[in-house]
Amino acid sequence: MSSPADLTVQAPSSDDSFDGLRLRNVTKSFGSFTAVNDLDLDVPRGAFFALLGPSGCGKTTTLRMVAGLETPTQGSITLAGQDITYAKPYRRPVNTVFQSYALFPHLDIHENVAFGLKRRKVKDVDDQVRQMLDLVELDSQARKKPAQLSGGQQQRVALARALINQPEVLLLDEPLGALDLKLRRAMQIELKRIQTEVGLTFIHVTHDQEEAMTMADTVAVMNAGVIEQMGAPEELYENPRTTFVANFLGQSNLIVGQIKNRSSDFVTVDMHGIDVSVPAARAHVEGDKAWIGIRPEKVLIGDPGEELDAPGNSIPGGVVTDVSFNGVSTQYLVRMPWGQELQVFQQNTGHRRLYRSGESVELSWRPDYAFLLDHSQDARAGQEDDD
Amino acid sequence: MRWLRNNLVLLLGIAVLIYTFIPIFVVVLMSFNDPSSRLIYRFDGFTLDNWLHPCAPEGMCSSLGTSIEIALVATIGSTILGTLMAFALVRHDFAGRSSMNLLIFLPMATPEIVMGSSLLALFVAAGFAGQLGFWTILIAHIMFCISFVVVTVRSRLAGMDDNLEQAAMDLYATPRQTFWRVTFPLVFPGILGAALLSFSLSFDDFIITNLNAGNTTTFPMYVWGVAQRGIPMQVNVVGTVMFMISVLIVVGGEVNTRRRARALA
Amino acid sequence: MASTAGVAPATPAPASDESGRRRGLTGYFLLVPGVVWLALFFVIPFYSLVAASLFDPSGSVVSGYEMTFHFQNYPDAIREYWEPLVRSLWYAGLSTLFCLILGYVLAYAIAFKAGRWKNLMLVLVIAPFFTSFLIRTLSWKLILADDGFVVNALQAVHILGAEGRLLATPVAVIAGITYNFLPFMVLPLFASIDKIDHRLIEASSDLYANPFVGFWKVTWPLSLPGVVSGTLLTFIPAAGDYINAQLLGSPNQRMVGNVIQNLFTNANDYPAASALSMILMILIIGMVLVYVRRAGTEELL
Repeated sequence: MSSPADLTVQAPSSDDSFDGLRLRNVTKSFGSFTAVNDLDLDVPRGAFFALLGPSGCGKTTTLRMVAGLETPTQGSITLAGQDITYAKPYRRPVNTVFQSYALFPHLDIHENVAFGLKRRKVKDVDDQVRQMLDLVELDSQARKKPAQLSGGQQQRVALARALINQPEVLLLDEPLGALDLKLRRAMQIELKRIQTEVGLTFIHVTHDQEEAMTMADTVAVMNAGVIEQMGAPEELYENPRTTFVANFLGQSNLIVGQIKNRSSDFVTVDMHGIDVSVPAARAHVEGDKAWIGIRPEKVLIGDPGEELDAPGNSIPGGVVTDVSFNGVSTQYLVRMPWGQELQVFQQNTGHRRLYRSGESVELSWRPDYAFLLDHSQDARAGQEDDD
Repeated sequence: MRWLRNNLVLLLGIAVLIYTFIPIFVVVLMSFNDPSSRLIYRFDGFTLDNWLHPCAPEGMCSSLGTSIEIALVATIGSTILGTLMAFALVRHDFAGRSSMNLLIFLPMATPEIVMGSSLLALFVAAGFAGQLGFWTILIAHIMFCISFVVVTVRSRLAGMDDNLEQAAMDLYATPRQTFWRVTFPLVFPGILGAALLSFSLSFDDFIITNLNAGNTTTFPMYVWGVAQRGIPMQVNVVGTVMFMISVLIVVGGEVNTRRRARALA
Repeated sequence: MASTAGVAPATPAPASDESGRRRGLTGYFLLVPGVVWLALFFVIPFYSLVAASLFDPSGSVVSGYEMTFHFQNYPDAIREYWEPLVRSLWYAGLSTLFCLILGYVLAYAIAFKAGRWKNLMLVLVIAPFFTSFLIRTLSWKLILADDGFVVNALQAVHILGAEGRLLATPVAVIAGITYNFLPFMVLPLFASIDKIDHRLIEASSDLYANPFVGFWKVTWPLSLPGVVSGTLLTFIPAAGDYINAQLLGSPNQRMVGNVIQNLFTNANDYPAASALSMILMILIIGMVLVYVRRAGTEELL
């Protein structure tokens, strides 16, 4: 695609050679309320980056600051070495796909998609628009008005309208929220495909952790204005560093433990009289008390005395209190001798029998799957009500 | 019987609606009237004369012209002033918002006789007692139309998704381009509606105009005058034409909406 | 590829506050023309009116008026013209009541029962009122004429006596006022009723309320804001109207509007006319305040 005319004079780039989007110490306050608190973020060029968090955590505000629709109270935002902190949105090479799509109702699809190109006085707009509509499979609808399209089609128009400008960074503000489940799944795959094909940097804001983990290379979990943890989806999921991340991504069992011994490889924890080992790389605790975290799908359930797949790591004395058959898996609630109910997910492979409420069982897990979190954190952090 | 009970409210509603149209039927009917005497106002015979010679009554068409002139200028003036105010109310921050709301509401709720009286008092006190006429009427009309324009445009503007302007800026439109390419086209129907409303309010005004007109005669003043002396049937011709124009606008709007709705289906 | 289109770091632009409205002086600039016009030609005239009402009645338009703070104008006006004054309030009140009944039926029908004809009916409510209302009122004069169809029909069913008439009676005047101000009642009523969630009425009938109870306990209270603004927008202008009284009534039905108009134009008695205008204004404001306080809703716009 042709390059547009410059809108303003090129400012000298700073020494920073980082090629992507960089936020440093970004803070946004609305009066006494701080939406974003001293945020640091590096998004490499060409990455599919997800900003994940519950409502009100500041992710949309962060996105809007990158777009230029809000101005940071403090801090700086640089893109490819150039400071864009205070630049107007129409001077940034950044485009947004809005949650409500924000398609111009008085223009047809073709004109909507052409809007950005026309403002930048690009030549041969019509051809480029046609190509882009082809990409999102809407070429037959070019002359219709937005109100005449379905939700999914509108979403694709919003995407096309932003993409066609080939921005340095494409921002997506919960774009799939209004779609039904099947369509959402289809669009997730579609977006990923387009991003790989076009090679632009995508920043996707969402509260849906499945969506973030499916689509993104890197996920940053945000809570109350700060980033709790950032990394590849697997990294975040398997090795969370805070209770918020442990609870927000999937589900976790968090059990109180006293740290007995630290070695270079393992940390031994006293869990209600049972010794449990956790690899040192997965122990994120300073003090003596910790939360032992284990994901329900990593917990093995068996008859008392049965040798499960983790020799020497068995926790006896459990009683099944609830059984939930979910088709793919069976979900158990097991009451342990110390009173806590643990969640156990067992995939219905057909190899193991199903337990019934009231049965005595023994639990077990491999030490490699457990993680240790600081006890000072709230064990209920990140647990959401159903959406 | 059951059908009657279920639809009673609707039927009553339609009855009320028909009631509002009864005088219109009379107006249309009387436009074809051949009066036996100027003083007796009833249907005597059918004629097309009134339609063929609409400007026969002395002074009627010139008063029509005056009314239209005033209405046009008043519409332009009040629409501009009112639209600016509406934008300020919806889009901008300023002190004294509730006083502003009150100032806009009051002219719509004050009795016309009081507004007319006070304007007259002002003009006399300012020494313009001898110059009442076109300009004083115009001033009054712009004054009471502003409020209606503000209310109409404001509701249209407030109903606009403000994401749209942000989207435009995100897509490289400067504030000026954003206004002319996004905001204005979307508010325009409201502005147009406000202008139409202003025009009819101004054209039809009598009480305020009568007090401040001096020697100038607008069409309502003309009608008032001949009501005592004998009404020429051409007055009903004018009334019928006014009604037909408003029906055309209404039907046109409705057809347009339905056509667009069918395209969506 | 879109270039970074060099972004010289500028000072932060004035931010919008939480409601999304822009700070700064633009708002004032936009308001000034309209505010100046309204201040000059709506607010200040009231001062002129007050001043004129205190002029010495011995002056005239030709010779000029002397401001002597002649408060006596007020009691004089009341003493002479209390009858049309009270009559105006009474007629306006009755008309407002009838408008409320008719208007409520129509607004309810359009809001709930009109289905896809809703917009059309709404527009039909307003359409007749784009025709000159003087002409329409004259038509009523025809319809209610002594030898017309309506009077004859009423005489036949003995509602009217053999010598009875409608014109030049309060009936005609009130009927005229009701007719002319009906849209002022219907539109606010409709706006309010339309907002009522129909499911609330369904819920009430699910909870054993018959339609009457359902109406009084659910629909009516929820439509009150519309009732308030509709009655205000009807009563206030109706009280000052004189056209219906003049065209459809006799001097016995004279309303205060007729008096004020005559005092200004024919008698040239500016002080008395202004005083009477002020009295009308004060009465109306007083009644409105009491009404609004009782009805409890303060949303005027």
